[in-house]
Amino acid sequence: MLETAPTPPASGEASHSERAAAARRRTRRPRSLGVAALAWTVGLVFFFPVLWMFLTGFKHESEASTTPPTWLFVPTFDQFRAILGRDFLPYFLNSLTASVLSTVLVVVLAVPAAYALSLAPVRRWKDALFFFISTRMMPPVAIILPLYIIANNIGLLDNVTMLSVVYTVMNLPIAVWMIRSFLVELPAEVLEASRVDGASIGTEIRRIILPMIAPGVAATALICFIFAWNEFFFAVSLTSTKAATVPVFLTGFITAEGLFLAQLSAASMMAALPVILAGWVAQKWLVRGLSLGAVK
Amino acid sequence: MSAPPVVDGRAGGAAAPARSTTPTAVERLKRRIPLLPALVLTIVLTQVPLLGTVYYSFHSRNLLRGDAIEFVWFANYADILGDEHFRTAVLNTVVLTASTVTLSIALGVALAVLLDKAFLGRSVVRTLLITPFLVMPAVAALLWKHAMFDPVYGLLNWFLSLVGVGPIDWISELPMFSIVLMMTWQWTPFMMLIVLAGLQSQSPEVLEAAKVDGARAFATFRRITLPHLRRFIELGILLGSIFIVQTFDAIFLITQGGPGQATMNLPYFIYQRTFRAFEVGESAAAGVIVVAGTIVIAIFALRVILNLFREEG
Repeated sequence: MLETAPTPPASGEASHSERAAAARRRTRRPRSLGVAALAWTVGLVFFFPVLWMFLTGFKHESEASTTPPTWLFVPTFDQFRAILGRDFLPYFLNSLTASVLSTVLVVVLAVPAAYALSLAPVRRWKDALFFFISTRMMPPVAIILPLYIIANNIGLLDNVTMLSVVYTVMNLPIAVWMIRSFLVELPAEVLEASRVDGASIGTEIRRIILPMIAPGVAATALICFIFAWNEFFFAVSLTSTKAATVPVFLTGFITAEGLFLAQLSAASMMAALPVILAGWVAQKWLVRGLSLGAVK
Repeated sequence: MSAPPVVDGRAGGAAAPARSTTPTAVERLKRRIPLLPALVLTIVLTQVPLLGTVYYSFHSRNLLRGDAIEFVWFANYADILGDEHFRTAVLNTVVLTASTVTLSIALGVALAVLLDKAFLGRSVVRTLLITPFLVMPAVAALLWKHAMFDPVYGLLNWFLSLVGVGPIDWISELPMFSIVLMMTWQWTPFMMLIVLAGLQSQSPEVLEAAKVDGARAFATFRRITLPHLRRFIELGILLGSIFIVQTFDAIFLITQGGPGQATMNLPYFIYQRTFRAFEVGESAAAGVIVVAGTIVIAIFALRVILNLFREEG
């Protein structure tokens, strides 16, 4: 999982850059030790708060809040048990439902849309593409009230399905752009062949295109999952008890109530771990998703 | 934009001529079908509510008082622009966004340059560095609030005490700085990833040629690498700005806009006016103003994306 980063792409240019990198490596060996030391130090500094959360989650409360901080301790699962005892599971399941359902919906909607904006382009496809991202740039706070009132009127306030649909729309621009960036890389001959066979659009997408861009779709899905799982604003505004997600559970930790740092850390770990892992797996494609497919 | 559908990307090639023959009306409709579900859903959930916000912004209404809706022209806009707290929120949003973006892009470029070099465990370090961006923002906020910033048990004060500084009550004494610090931790990986992708898309031939010509490393970086990176840095700054302007989690969970109004930003201000004070008209007007402001940044962002897009096409 950790080793996924520098994947050598298959094209000619890339092997050039590999060779050049190898040449650089040979000529600059003495310096690379300093670089390594510096990079590792900075990396560990950035990672430290996460590491600390991980450690603190396994402490007793009395070891979690001390000066100086406690580094050595006997790990315990008490805090995890306590969090589960505080009814964490329903929140976790709501998060899972909202993230997975929205991710599935996003993929189902975005693949055909991206197809209509690249391989079989509709008129004014560029306008449509830019319309999609412009919606991602709109501050959610500007539409929250009408959304709240509409949801309230149709009885979908505090409803996981409603939240999933909101997340679907939130992630669609990223997915459309990203999947489109994979589609334009497909070789034209394959598509021509399928058209000659007279396959319908649906069949063409399902049988020919989807298998070829499967890794790209998987990467897109992971990134949409990450954004949906981490989302806070819509969750806190549109849900209260039945449909509340993990970030909403965490608002219970805003103010300190006595010794609670270990419990907070345990809850934080359960909340953050799924996405940290998904992100590590998807890191090769992360930049593509974050830049809306503009940067490869 | 263009009348005959232009096929871009490598997929064009052989397929383009066949497609550029004028399609019939039925054909055009059929082509639109795959796009429609996504487009319609997006319009229904973003543009319709936005129209709702515009509508409310011209009407007087407080949900608590249950007044009749009344058209009030620009009264809400006048009220909100005359509101000292709104102006503070605008200023805080600018300060928060500008500081965080500046710090994180500077650090991001430095880290990207570092990670572009070959060294032992590079992929592990990269993985460590992107983690802050993956941590759920709500978790990051609470973690920093209680484990890092806490005046008594916080690790920041413990580190500072090792060099004889402090203790500092971070959130009370330096609220904006604390938020910026935490946000910079969160956004530096984002900037780094975009700039790193830019560095790795550099043509190795050009760099080798510069080296053969005897250019020194720094000169090569300034004359060749930095101009190449410009568009990536621009993209990072603009996308970062758009997302950081929308910051809500950190304010809600760490400071609630306080102490006083010290960290009150626009999203939190509007949220409070809407859901705590139920001032629908005023908060809608504030929302419209925020959208207008975002459009200004977004136009620049879209231009940069369009440039990257042309290059690809």
